[in-house]
Order: sequence, then C-alpha cells, then structure tokens
Amino acid sequence: MDASDPLCPRPAPVRAVHHETADVFTLILDVSAIPGGAAFAPGQFMMLYVFGVGEAPISISGDARDSRTLAHTIRAVGGVTRALRNLRPGDVLGVRGPYGSAWPVAAARGRDVVIVAGGIGLAPLRPVIYHLLRRREDYGHINICCGARSPGDILYTGELQRWREEGDMQVMVTVDHGDPGWRGQVGVVTELLDRVRCDPANTLAFTCGPEIMMRFTVRKLRELGIAGEAIHVSMERNMHCAVGFCGHCQFGPLFVCKDGPVFPWPRIAPFFGIREL
Amino acid sequence: MENRFLITLEGLGALLAELKGMGRTLIGPVVRDGAIVYDEITGLRDLPAGWGDVQEAGRYRLEKRDDGALFAYNSSPMAWKRFLHPPALTLWKARRRDDGFRIESEAQAPPLHAFIGVRACDLRAIAIQDRVLMEDRFRDPHYAARRRDVFILAAQCAQAGNTCFCASMDSGPRATQGFDLALTELLHPEHRFLLEVGSEAGGRLLSRVPHQVAGEADWAAALQATENARAQMGRHVDTRNIKTLLYGNAEHPRWEETAQRCLACANCTMVCPTCFCTAIEDHTDLEGSEARRVRHWDSCFTSQFSHIHGGVVRAGIASRYRQWLTHKLASWQDQFGTLGCVGCGRCISWCPEGIDITEELAVIRAQDQNGAGEDA
Repeated sequence: MDASDPLCPRPAPVRAVHHETADVFTLILDVSAIPGGAAFAPGQFMMLYVFGVGEAPISISGDARDSRTLAHTIRAVGGVTRALRNLRPGDVLGVRGPYGSAWPVAAARGRDVVIVAGGIGLAPLRPVIYHLLRRREDYGHINICCGARSPGDILYTGELQRWREEGDMQVMVTVDHGDPGWRGQVGVVTELLDRVRCDPANTLAFTCGPEIMMRFTVRKLRELGIAGEAIHVSMERNMHCAVGFCGHCQFGPLFVCKDGPVFPWPRIAPFFGIREL
Repeated sequence: MENRFLITLEGLGALLAELKGMGRTLIGPVVRDGAIVYDEITGLRDLPAGWGDVQEAGRYRLEKRDDGALFAYNSSPMAWKRFLHPPALTLWKARRRDDGFRIESEAQAPPLHAFIGVRACDLRAIAIQDRVLMEDRFRDPHYAARRRDVFILAAQCAQAGNTCFCASMDSGPRATQGFDLALTELLHPEHRFLLEVGSEAGGRLLSRVPHQVAGEADWAAALQATENARAQMGRHVDTRNIKTLLYGNAEHPRWEETAQRCLACANCTMVCPTCFCTAIEDHTDLEGSEARRVRHWDSCFTSQFSHIHGGVVRAGIASRYRQWLTHKLASWQDQFGTLGCVGCGRCISWCPEGIDITEELAVIRAQDQNGAGEDA
C-alpha cells in the first residue's frame, strides 16, 4: 500500500457493532494498526469501504481522545451503508481519513453552547458533547436540542439521559410523530429553541441535520440574538473522493469535503437559500 | 542567449525521431473519423498535412487546404487531459485474504509521453488542472505521475476558429510558457518552423537536430502569424467582474431558457480541457475475491452527479447548466485563483444544440439583475 496515495483505503477491523434504532447502528473500528491511529477533530469524517461493495463518507461519532478506535453511527439507507450494517466483529473494512473541517470546540470555552441536531445529525455532534463533558466546568449553559422522526428513532437514548443527569446539560428531545407511549414533546426541533438557556451575546451554536431543519434553526438562533459568526453548520453533499478531486460535493465555491463539512454560517449564508445549488 | 531558431520540415521530422529514440511515446494530431484527434504518432508522416477545420456552434467539419500545413487546424474535440487525467483509470486493487483483504495502489509509472502540437489555450488548461489535481491540499498521485515527465512541443496558432475566444480569456493565442519547445509554422516563402525554447530539456533536444538561429524577419513573421489568429478570433467574452456577475445572477431567467435547449448530454464537459470531475465505480470479479476501484470522468450535467440520500440536489437542467457555467467562470476563481475557462471553444462546437457559452454570458450581462457585474 502506498502511504502517499490519498485515494487508497487502509484495512481496519470491526471491534463491535451497536444497534441504536431500527435502521441506525454504530460501528466501533480498531485503527490501532494504522500509523498514527486516527487522530481526528470533532466534526470530521472518514471514507468507509466495504470490500467489493463501495465507499461512503461517514462522520466520526466517537471520542476524539481515543485515537485507537473510531466510532461511526450510520443509518442504513444505501448500498454501502446497508453492507456496513451486515458487518460483524472481526470483519475488516477499509478506511481513509479523517477529512474535513471541525467544530470550533476550543472557542466554546467560557461560553454557553447550543447544539441542535436533526435525526442522524446528532452523530457528528457527539464528539463535541464528549469534549465539553471532559471539562464541564469550563463552559456555561450547555443545551442539546434533538429532533427525531418518531420515539423509536431517537439516538443514544441512554447517553441523552446521562448527559442530562450527570453532565449538567439541558437535553431536550422532540419527535415529528409520537406514539401511544410517548410523553415528550411533539413538533419540530426549532420549537425547543424557545427553551434554551444561554446568553445570546456569549453563545456558540452547532447544528447538523436536514438542510430545511438547519435553515429554520439558523433563523431561530438569529432571532434569539445569536450572531451569525457564532453559528456553525455541518453540510452534506455527494462525495466520491473526499479530497477535492471528484467535484461532486461543490456548494457554490465551496468543496464540502475539504472546505467543510463544518462551516461558519456567514461563509455559506450567501448560497444557502439558492434552490438546487 | 538565443532562444529562437529555425528548423526545416526535415528538421522537425528529425526532432520527432529524436524524441521517439529517447523512449517517448509521441502523442500528436491525426485525422480520424472526420476530425483531428490526438493519438500515438510515429513521426512526421502521421501529422494532418493539408487539413484544416471549420467550426461553428454545433458544427465541426474538416477542410482540405492546398498548402500542406501540418498545424493549421483549430481546437480538437479531444483535449490533452485524456492522457494526463484519463477517462477511466484503475486506482487500486483489493484482494481478499483469510484475515480480511489487502489493497494495492495502482499509481505507477505511466508511459513516457511527448505531446506534439499543444495550443496556447491547452497549455493554460494543463496548468489549471495542475493547480486542481497537484497543487491544492491533496496531490493526485495518478495525475502527478503522468504529468511529471511529459515533454511538450507547443504549436503556436496561425489561425483561429469561429468558436475560439482565447484572447478574451488571456490564455492565447501566443503561448509564452508551459512548453519545452514551441513551434510557429511558417509556410512562405518556404515551409519551415520557428522554434522557441522553453526549458532545458527543449534546448537539449533542439541541439541534437539541424537548426539555425532565427533572424528578425523570421521572428516578425511568427509574431504576425499569431496576430492573424488574434484577428480571426470568432468569439469574445467580456470578463470584467464576471464572478460577481454570475454569483449575482443565480436566479436569472436565462438559466431556465437555456435549459429548454440543453440536452444535459455532457458533451461540453467531456470536450472541456479543464473539466476534472470524476466518479468512482467499484468492480469485483465473479468469485468475489478481487475488487478494483475505477475512476472515470463524470459530468455535472448528469442527474446522479448531485445525488445524496433522499434525492438529487440539482434536479433540473437549469441548475446543472448554471453550476457548470458558474463554476467555470466564477467559483473556480474562489477555489483555485484562476478562471476555469481557457476560451478553446470546444463546448460551443460540440454542443449538439449549439449552445454558446459566450452568448449565454453576453445575455446575462446585458440583462444583469441588480447590477452584479458592474464596477463597485
């Protein structure tokens, strides 16, 4: 294997598979054999390759302190992600990365934080939460707002509970459609933002989810008085190469793979509302 | 130091033979299927002697000339990217083993090429692809391996086609850099070539074939040839503030109008010398023991290009045409610091509908919404 070839995956065995919801699972990969491990920053992603099937960009959802393993929370929606779901501990897949920009977690010190996640969008935000939890006292109010399609689609339910009870975080969850057992909120995630605790002038906001959700989230955050520069958005576009060669992930002048996926809002605002860009 | 020389027709033949003798595969213009394309040549006799072409929007025809000129044609439907950034390329192979699989890169030494007859616009196009594939954050080892040792014999244009507009894009008609040798074909009073030396390798090669120092009259004739080409340029583009013009006209009605004609056939992106987009395909053998990854040219005009789970971002043709044109002339500048268009005119000639990028730009400028293209 040519270490200088950025297009060549390296083998990594699956250590564990956790089932999160009906169609979402988390793979724990052992990357200790890869020189340098897989040191990553919260918000970055990897390209995961299933032998003979193909490759997909998947955000890293584990703890950045651990460079020997990588956690990926994945929704089985396409050919590659369905094949990823069939992997078992001991199976080997190919990995490239980490790639892309990161959430500016260092800038959160001394400030309030608002995290707004839609569905699987919570996965690339979990490394942020781990980072904040490690030195909880360094931050002000921390708000986690999660939206899911239904109660059965809520991710990391056990951890949400722990973050709420032990992490001194305000964790709020809403679903689009409840079920008979659901006692929580029903509605869109932006409704949760009315209840966030923060000083808008000293708050950092991170959001990841469907584009329509992020559009309304940013609008609401701005209404709350949070400056555009303090809002960070993670974008999704088609990626084949992750290194800026294939052209698929262009969003206006930006390559989501290498300029993003995390952008400060002012950088993408001029292009965000343009249809079919 | 002198760097302008004259060689005869025989001298050019000897120069090609020398290049070949150095183990290089010569890629040059040949007549095939009613067009001038680039392919392997053995020497002088394969060049398109006495052939020219007539190009218009949606039209390309070869035309016989009576002067035996070797380089009197305009943009070829083929661009040199075919050899530096091949249409299909195996990136790596993976073989299944008991403990998983092993991946081996296919980045390896490609054939040693010499490009014969590269135009000024195409030299600029090569420099633009260098910037994209070698000089940004990541380096494509496959492109770099092909690009590194290529020998370039440029051919200065002595004529321009009706779809040419390199003068507007400041990429021609005279090539001043990016070549090892550049020839200007002079037909009168006798068939000969003025050669400019652009590199040490070019100088060394020239020293091995009969040549003489060019006189002032020869140099004046060579410059005049390029000026003739400039005067013949069939198309023009006003590039002032073109970035803000296009960014500011993302919702211009012209995109929808053009989409009524555009077939989304991707011809323009295939013939474009700077378009670099690719897609990945993974192949496996029947046993499932070997897999290989193939990269092939892709086009922003295909519906699947912008596919993400849940749908396609650019569902309509208008948004795809807007993406292509805005990328070429606006966002390319933000991404790579240059324009992504060199004015070769291929996309105009090879569009089956005859959609003309220069006309599209002129219409958007003439109906500029909210003054986006005006001086600040």
